[in-house]
Amino acid sequence: MVRLKQNLMAAVRGSWLYVLVLATMIFLVLPTLIVIPMSFSDARYLSFPPKSFSIEPFFKYFASLEWRSATQVSLITASLVMVLATTLGTAAAYSLHVTQSKVSGVLRGLLMAPMIVPTIFIAIGLFFVYAKFDLNNTIPGLVLGHTLLALPYVVINVSAGLRSYDMTQEQAACILGASRLRAFFDVTLPQIRFSVIAAAMFAFAISLDEAVISLFISGGDTSTLTKRMFSSLRSEIDPLIAVVATLMTFLSIIMLCISIMAKRKAGRSVE
Amino acid sequence: MSSDLFDALNARDLRKAQRRERWYLFGSGLPALLLVLLTFVLPIGWLFWLSLFNADGQLSIENYTRLLEPIYVLTFVQTFKTGIIVTIACVLIGYPYAYFMIKGPRWLANVAMALLLVSLWTSLLVRTYAWLIILQRRGIANDLLMSLGITDAPLPLVYNLTGTVIGMVHIMLPFMILPLYAAMKSIDPIYSQAAAAFGASPSRAFRDVFLPLSGPGLAAGATLVFVITLGFYVTPALLGGGKVQMISMRIESDVSMYANWGAASSLGVVLLLATLLILFIVKKSAGLGRRSE
Amino acid sequence: MSEEHKLSMSIDIEKLTKTYDSFAALDDVSLSIKSGEFLSLLGSSGSGKTTLLMALAGFVRPDAGSIRFGGREMIFEPPHKRDVGMMFQSYALFPHMNVFQNVAYPLKLRGYKRADIRQRVEQALATVELDHLIERGITEMSGGQRQRIALARAIVFEPKILLMDEPLSALDKRLRETMQLELRRLHERLGMTVVYVTHDQREALTMSDRIAVMSKGRIRQIDTPVNLYERPANRFIAEFVGESSCLPLTLQGGQALFQGRALRGANVASGLKNPSLVVRPEKLQFVPAEASDYNLLRGHVADVIFQGESQLVQIDLGEGMSVAIRRPTNSSEGNRLPARGDAVVLGLHVQDTLLVGDDQ
Repeated sequence: MVRLKQNLMAAVRGSWLYVLVLATMIFLVLPTLIVIPMSFSDARYLSFPPKSFSIEPFFKYFASLEWRSATQVSLITASLVMVLATTLGTAAAYSLHVTQSKVSGVLRGLLMAPMIVPTIFIAIGLFFVYAKFDLNNTIPGLVLGHTLLALPYVVINVSAGLRSYDMTQEQAACILGASRLRAFFDVTLPQIRFSVIAAAMFAFAISLDEAVISLFISGGDTSTLTKRMFSSLRSEIDPLIAVVATLMTFLSIIMLCISIMAKRKAGRSVE
Repeated sequence: MSSDLFDALNARDLRKAQRRERWYLFGSGLPALLLVLLTFVLPIGWLFWLSLFNADGQLSIENYTRLLEPIYVLTFVQTFKTGIIVTIACVLIGYPYAYFMIKGPRWLANVAMALLLVSLWTSLLVRTYAWLIILQRRGIANDLLMSLGITDAPLPLVYNLTGTVIGMVHIMLPFMILPLYAAMKSIDPIYSQAAAAFGASPSRAFRDVFLPLSGPGLAAGATLVFVITLGFYVTPALLGGGKVQMISMRIESDVSMYANWGAASSLGVVLLLATLLILFIVKKSAGLGRRSE
Repeated sequence: MSEEHKLSMSIDIEKLTKTYDSFAALDDVSLSIKSGEFLSLLGSSGSGKTTLLMALAGFVRPDAGSIRFGGREMIFEPPHKRDVGMMFQSYALFPHMNVFQNVAYPLKLRGYKRADIRQRVEQALATVELDHLIERGITEMSGGQRQRIALARAIVFEPKILLMDEPLSALDKRLRETMQLELRRLHERLGMTVVYVTHDQREALTMSDRIAVMSKGRIRQIDTPVNLYERPANRFIAEFVGESSCLPLTLQGGQALFQGRALRGANVASGLKNPSLVVRPEKLQFVPAEASDYNLLRGHVADVIFQGESQLVQIDLGEGMSVAIRRPTNSSEGNRLPARGDAVVLGLHVQDTLLVGDDQ
């Protein structure tokens, strides 16, 4: 009898954790899921079950010049950022990996700093400097600003990949006749490619989602998707936002999946 | 040529060659360095500079002394208050979640991680927008509360501090859970097993062994959450409805509405220094804690 | 003298020095390696042997000195311009390329034509008897196979110098001994100059034309295996190469005494600091007490240890000294071994008697 009571108490005590975790899981994923049904309804308020169903908002979105332009700006910027941040970040991660000295420690600190410094501070600083060089409301300006934020993540990912890679192979390539650069491209890069891919996904996602810096340095024709969404949310809730949100969410999930697969492959290729 | 002279020349040439090779290796990191200097060091340095000049263009510290006025003090208080509330909430919700990810059944723990990552990778704006929808007067949160009979009239859950906190907690949870999870993962289960071998009940073992060992991870996560919340802009701006004034929002209005660069930059500098100070204190006390063992 | 032949090149190392903080990895090392020679660098870890090899390859840049291949100064050249073959301890094969691509890589870098590459790779793999695995992936290969592929890759472009960094250390004993003989045969066939790093003195004795024994960043002695073994320059070499005991002696009136008796045939060379008698297990014999031509050692049997093909008899000589005598295991009349506790007389032939001093 006592054993039964003990087991019951243990079950209750154990189950509170499950309940809490389940509630948290719902809490975490609810917002992501909610936007999808929203985009199929024309109403401003989401009620369960949804009152109306139509794909009208999607057509409106594709027809809207402003939203199309914003989408274009964001996608182009994110693609350029992905290329720039991955290239610069991989080169920097390589440099940090092979020269372990005090100077490279300073470089590493500088590269990581944007993660600690409040983004609003960086944003107004960029806005101010860009104003002097006429870089506000330009795509190059956006690309540079977003790359700054993406670099730390690229460096972290690629550095991790380099750490689990056997540098002797590069030595072997060199003694066989390859210059250091050639050895990097022929031997090292193919083997850290999964870390680099994961880093590229990060860079793309960070740029696409970036709101604070874009708020200040993009505008008019070069408004980003995030800026338009933000302004829209500030003033009134446009149902088209739901469409944008849905599309962005799908893109994020795809990026996430690719990144996870790449990271898993990176771990496996060590053998 | 005497051999000593030859040696000296040879050594010098070798050193030069060694240095040249070093520079080539550094060169790989130079483009990134250049970008960081232009888009980060330069603007921030300029802002520091700007903060030292008043509206008339003279060198003064009135931008900083102005921050002692009640309206700014209120902003600081509100920002820190929000930060503390969000951090505590994240600790209370995040710790069990991270614990579950370690100890729970494999498949469910994987689902927990997957959902966490989905949340993290979903756009910030999308999530903030979603909370706007959920928490509004005719949103599903109020619908649920009313249908459960908890309340008769819709509660104001958004455009205030409540909405801001809910949204911030959602955004910050991954930053609490992931470092905590990493720290917990590195705790050797042998310690809890040893405690059990000595006669400790599971809850006792947890309290005396696991909890203290997870302390550093908890501190890391909490610090991260607090520091990021201090400087956060998007979510408080959208969910606060103007009633929640964070430092970041005041900086924004100082720039876009008043073009008051002196005020904005000094505020930003203070925010940055507060962030660095907190990180420094936590790092030092973590080091001290370890030394006392 | 620098030489360059069709198949090989000489290596001249002069006053090479490399210091890390206050640790001297290479201390004024000079060495001339003849064209086509198989030279081993033998030493324990930290002796500088690997650093020297890495300096030859160009991965370590010395602080001072000169390295010449066939008379040409190479010390300023980066590794990829040195045109030497190299085998790494971990093989360092490229996992993302298959066997063919790995071995073809140096040829591709040198701009050989495709048909030419194909032929040379097949030939190199045939030399290491792996031509049937030419299309396989690297991850499918066993340790011994990977080792041969690494070798094929190192020789496919016919380098005149081959550097090897303990290439057999990851193999098990039997495979190692097989490969030692194979490498020796390969060297005789291909004829390039080989510099071989090892810590295993038996390996060095098996394979080399000459051995350079290193310790603390300096070369202690360079000589042929036979000379190194039979005429070690000092106690360090005597103890490092081969099993031996070094017994302390007393000097009296220009003669070296052991257990009160003067040693005959002893090379009491002037200037030998702290002379010791080098005793190797296979040189000792059981002799009658009156045997001439022998230096005698008296003691008691401490233990008889069966080691398979031979038996090791440990003998206590008193005053804390002990030696071992090794006898092959067979049933011949003269091979009756004494028992524990027996008093024995050991003889060291006058011509086998060797004295060594401290290292300078």
